[in-house]
Amino acid sequence: MFRRFDAASVAFTFEGMPVMAAAGETVAAALLAAGVRSVRTTAVSGSARAPWCMMGVCFDCLVEIDGVANRQGCMVVVSPGMVVRRQVGAKDLG
Amino acid sequence: MSGVFDAVIIGAGPAGMAAGAVMAERGARVLVLDEQAAPGGQIYRGIEAMPAARVAAMGADYAAGAALVARFRASGAEYRPGAMVWQVVPGEEGHEVWFSIAGKSRCVVGKSVLVAAGAMERPVPVPGWTLPGVMGAGAVQVLLKAGIGAERLVIAGAGPLVLLLAAQCLALGVRPLAVLDTTPAGNFAAALPLLPGAVRGRGLGYLWKGLLLQARLRFGGVRVVRVTDVVLEGAEAVRAVSFRAGGQVQRIEADIVALHEGVIPAQQMTRALGCAHKWDEGQRCFRPVLDGFGNTSVHGVLVAGDGGGIGGARAAAQAGVVAGAEMLRRAGRVDGVGRDAVAGPALRDLAAEVAVRPFLDRLFRPAGLPGDEVVVCRCEEVTAGDIRAAAAQGAQGPNQAKAFLRTGMGACQGRICGPMVSEIMAGARGVSMDEIGYYRIRAPLKPITVGELAAAGDDGDD
Ligand SMILES: Cc1cc2nc3c(=O)[nH]c(=O)nc-3n(C[C@H](O)[C@H](O)[C@H](O)COP(=O)(O)OP(=O)(O)OC[C@H]3O[C@@H](n4cnc5c(N)ncnc54)[C@H](O)[C@@H]3O)c2cc1C
Ligand code: FES
Repeated sequence: MFRRFDAASVAFTFEGMPVMAAAGETVAAALLAAGVRSVRTTAVSGSARAPWCMMGVCFDCLVEIDGVANRQGCMVVVSPGMVVRRQVGAKDLG
Repeated sequence: MSGVFDAVIIGAGPAGMAAGAVMAERGARVLVLDEQAAPGGQIYRGIEAMPAARVAAMGADYAAGAALVARFRASGAEYRPGAMVWQVVPGEEGHEVWFSIAGKSRCVVGKSVLVAAGAMERPVPVPGWTLPGVMGAGAVQVLLKAGIGAERLVIAGAGPLVLLLAAQCLALGVRPLAVLDTTPAGNFAAALPLLPGAVRGRGLGYLWKGLLLQARLRFGGVRVVRVTDVVLEGAEAVRAVSFRAGGQVQRIEADIVALHEGVIPAQQMTRALGCAHKWDEGQRCFRPVLDGFGNTSVHGVLVAGDGGGIGGARAAAQAGVVAGAEMLRRAGRVDGVGRDAVAGPALRDLAAEVAVRPFLDRLFRPAGLPGDEVVVCRCEEVTAGDIRAAAAQGAQGPNQAKAFLRTGMGACQGRICGPMVSEIMAGARGVSMDEIGYYRIRAPLKPITVGELAAAGDDGDD
């Protein structure tokens, strides 16, 4: 699916599972590189979605990061120990 | 970071960096804000962090960005990465620019504001395009620039980025399974009359580059096929792409499929600002109406780069210099003669640079509008057929379609479906694009939390 050219050294979790990211990498990039196919489901039909644009336009990369929903995974750089969760359906802004 | 800036520049791509540098080098106080973690914009993304061998593999056009980034860094322009601009409020004395860094909002004021927010990929609504594993070709390239290569990749589309991405993947050791060229059959003949105009500027260089890329792909064993009727197959994620080639339906199994039909200006910010826009039939996109120096219809708000119409990276940098010169004048740093001295050479280069565009735009013009069954609004899962039905039931334009169908009311705020909804409605009602118009866009440009909104204040702490 995807292959990394460099070593990954930053540890975080997705759905409780450990995932490694390269320094400076976004959450969406790290999840795709780790083989995660889908990061969220839609509110209307519940179908699986994954990043489409990787540049902040489509919002198909929405995940919950450290308890905050609706974060754009492709725009947030991974930090050590980050807790990332799949976003299921629609979430209100807190 | 407080006080009034001569200019606040939104976007650190080639346009924003060039504008910031040309102003700061002449003593102006400039602030450049960009949502990304590093300067470079879309084209030069990741260039500072990338190992030299990989920069070389990405090609000369990419490598050329290092010099501009270095010049920008050394220019004295203030630069804030990770800064998402969510609102611009034009004012008599100056314009407020509201932005969020790490969940905290601030406001700065600029005598001029330059929107150098760039382009986005034109959406490619084909059956199955919402499946995980189906991405924009630009998105696959973003990953490549971050050191992540797509394996078992098929690239399907039309436009310069299709061959470029394939060649970049190949050079980095992740050979695409195939390139499916979806350029419509009649396009070449239609573009041919525009060829003389193209070669008059720097067009020959571009055409030569295209041929070189094709040769490199053939030499590298990448299959390039002319196709129509691309369909993505799969349930939970994409498993294969099917298409019609040589009169037959064929199928390739793939893990990742990259789609592309060129890029279009990112309109969200200029729309929210109330800038006048016009439909560009050649580029098949809306673009803000600009004068020769990048001024929009809103006093003191300028646009440079692909956000004002697609011209490519070098044209973006030149337009940045021109807008920078105009903003120096607006700030009282130079007079009209001084502005023209700074802008003159860039204006000449710009004209030579964009001469190739009408040819390329016609050559790579997308085929047509999606069939009724295809999802157009990815957020609210509304199909092209739903939009046509709404038009038949009396929806006059995109904003009424919004009320009927919730299109454009999802998380992306209409960024993806907007261009398609306008085109589908114009087609269904038989009116022009300028008449049908576009979604009304309002701040915040991206969702920020209620808490952040309440805590937002003037920037005083650094
Ligand atoms: C995904 C993608 C890949 C591309 N790849 C190539 C390529 O390889 N070669 C090529 O020649 N052309 C490429 N292009 C075309 C590209 O648009 C131009 O060549 C060039 O990047 C345009 O420069 P620019 O300065 O106008 O905008 P950009 O380079 O797009 O820069 C705009 C910047 O504005 C920032 N921004 C936007 N909105 C906000 C906001 N609200 N707040 C803060 N910051 C914001 C963005 O983060 C971005 O860094 C690509 C385009 C896209 C969309
Ligand atoms: S992948 Fe499109 S917004 Fe993140």
